[in-house]
Amino acid sequence: MKRNIILSGVGGQGILSIATVIGQAALDEGLSLKQAEVHGMSQRGGDVQSHLRISSEPIASDLISRGGGDVILSLEPMEALRYLPYRSEGGWVVANTAPFVNIPNYPDIEGVLAELRALPQAILLDVDAIAKDGGVTRAANIVLLGAASSILGLSFENLADGIRKIFGAKGETVVAMNLKALEAGRDTAQKLKNEK
Amino acid sequence: MPINSIFRNNGSKAWEETRKLDIVRTRYMKKLLLLGDQAVALGAIRSGISGVYAYPGTPSTEITEYIQASPEAAGIHSRWCTNEKTAMEAALGISYVGRRALVCMKHVGLNVAADAFLNSAMTGTNGGLIVLVADDPSMHSSQNEQDSRFYGKFAFVPTLEPASQQEAYDMMAYGFDLSEKQGLPVLMRITTRMAHSRAVVQTGPRREVAPISFPKEPSRWVLLPVNARKRYDILLGQQPELEKISEDSPYNKYVEGKDRSLGVIACGIGHNYLMEQYPEGCPYPVLKIAQYPLPRKHLEKMAADCRKLLILEDGQPFVEEQMRGIFGAPCAVAGRLSGELPRAGELTPDNVRSALGLPAAEGFAASSLVMPRPPVLCAGCGHRDVYDVLNGVAVGYPAARIFSDIGCYTLGALPPFRAIHSCVDMGASITMAKGAADAGLFPAVAVIGDSTFTHSGITGLLDAVNSQAPITVVISDNLTTAMTGGQDSAGTGRLEAICRGVGVEEAHIRVVIPISGNRDEIAKIIRDEIEYKGVSVIIPRRECIQTLKRNVKKQAR
Repeated sequence: MKRNIILSGVGGQGILSIATVIGQAALDEGLSLKQAEVHGMSQRGGDVQSHLRISSEPIASDLISRGGGDVILSLEPMEALRYLPYRSEGGWVVANTAPFVNIPNYPDIEGVLAELRALPQAILLDVDAIAKDGGVTRAANIVLLGAASSILGLSFENLADGIRKIFGAKGETVVAMNLKALEAGRDTAQKLKNEK
Repeated sequence: MPINSIFRNNGSKAWEETRKLDIVRTRYMKKLLLLGDQAVALGAIRSGISGVYAYPGTPSTEITEYIQASPEAAGIHSRWCTNEKTAMEAALGISYVGRRALVCMKHVGLNVAADAFLNSAMTGTNGGLIVLVADDPSMHSSQNEQDSRFYGKFAFVPTLEPASQQEAYDMMAYGFDLSEKQGLPVLMRITTRMAHSRAVVQTGPRREVAPISFPKEPSRWVLLPVNARKRYDILLGQQPELEKISEDSPYNKYVEGKDRSLGVIACGIGHNYLMEQYPEGCPYPVLKIAQYPLPRKHLEKMAADCRKLLILEDGQPFVEEQMRGIFGAPCAVAGRLSGELPRAGELTPDNVRSALGLPAAEGFAASSLVMPRPPVLCAGCGHRDVYDVLNGVAVGYPAARIFSDIGCYTLGALPPFRAIHSCVDMGASITMAKGAADAGLFPAVAVIGDSTFTHSGITGLLDAVNSQAPITVVISDNLTTAMTGGQDSAGTGRLEAICRGVGVEEAHIRVVIPISGNRDEIAKIIRDEIEYKGVSVIIPRRECIQTLKRNVKKQAR
């Protein structure tokens, strides 16, 4: 088992929380793990990324090679496109369709979505809207994780356990909100698959 | 042999002690998922340090933060220091009394601490002392990509460069022992991808803090020329032994390979990118280097065995330059200087792959729609109001130059503000404004943050006061060290008192609240102070929006 996952988004959207939950679930399954993060200046509204590698074998490099990404998980549509060079043949793109516009030259969103839709293996959903509808606005990032849950090579129950462990210190309400977000993401992805 | 099998259960005191130690061991022998920074921090705690001393700086900040938050670090001094020099000296003070200390900083911080660092090799140490420096090749969050291994060589001290988070943890105990055995500080150099990458680390038991003990040769701590000359001879005389220790180090490994057309020297995390290319094992001989000075014996063997050497090092061509020397190496050498690897920027699995002559990994083309998304000042940040007003005032003074500094407010250089003309090093805003004013510039304005001001701005302000330089200093006070995530700022609540103490006239220390409703008032104050022909300080003060949000959340709980 091996998954190279690129997580991307805009500083403050919560990609590191996603990484932490996947990391916890991978540890619970006894897998090896390496995760490179970006801290510091770029966190201030700039593009952020994390390379997360999980495997049943030992892992050497902390970074993923171009063309080596099994999953690109992005909380922002243009940020998903930024990491296409990392996508492997047959790799998945799981992305939020709601743009985060904080630059004056943000491209036409329809063009961005058209490029994402043209990808052979993509799960595209508006996680901001799904989170809002479900009353879990603050857990939009975990909706995206839920949408990717079937292709990460980890069991859904382990991801849910990961959420319980990571958010446990913040109280039951926060745990329940994130579990609900995880399920909402999974259910939406399932519905999208059935519609195809 | 497990330690408890040495003694039989005879109820003796020795057996009791051993059993206790075993209990402690089992408790701590846990696998943990840690950032490289956290592995360093936990390794230091478990090595029995009495203090960690640091000024925040990406990518080193999380080391001190981990120790501050760790429940097992009670009794370890961990308060933030004013700058890297004060940190280095305090750590040396701990070493003087025979206890262990860790001092951490980012690479450019070592420039600030360099006086203390280089001379700590001259005094030598008593208790173990590790100087942890986190380099930032590719400048993810820095103004240059200097390689701290040069400082290790410059100071004649042993230098460690872990290749994995596990090594980062293990090397703390190893480094403190090495420091105490050699009586020298040990430099440990990590880079961004080690500092900010997580992996599972097997942890071990904690060592007790040593009792206080004074140095055996008191004279070497008094670096009068007469003593310093003796110490320098001793330090130089230690070098062959340090080289021998490197050759025998468990962290420097020579692994034979069948194909001797190439030999690969892989330093620190460069080793990971190499092994990534060969899951079944590298066909070439490999020398992994994680401890310096360079292990000469291994290098000589590799140069004799192989037709060509490839050198993989994250940062500057430190090893490569030594291998080439002035008259050249005995065999061909490839690396950053010969173009197989880029001259600047960090190593990646992709550029290492290409340097090994392997076919490039197939990646998909980038989309032409993607635009750069640079970092920006947060919505609601007080620095925004400061720059809006300053830009307005500057319209009336076309010659005005705004000298700025290191921090979030450096982002004022980017659109939409484009408000500042310089950012060089911690504190340079005030002193550059003074120099420009000395040369006749009017108006010369400095913009500096509160934490940067106490780090390295106060002495420059004193220079300006002493020569009555006509400069206007804006200390944009958000009550925290914001850029690195909101650590305590050394002068909070005392900035006016500090400025008064330095000699700025009371009437020209002006405190304002940077909100949009106050813009006209602030603009008038700035104009008045620009027209004043002496040193004036304007302090726009409003809490960082990020720490404010966190504090509100905390209170709500």
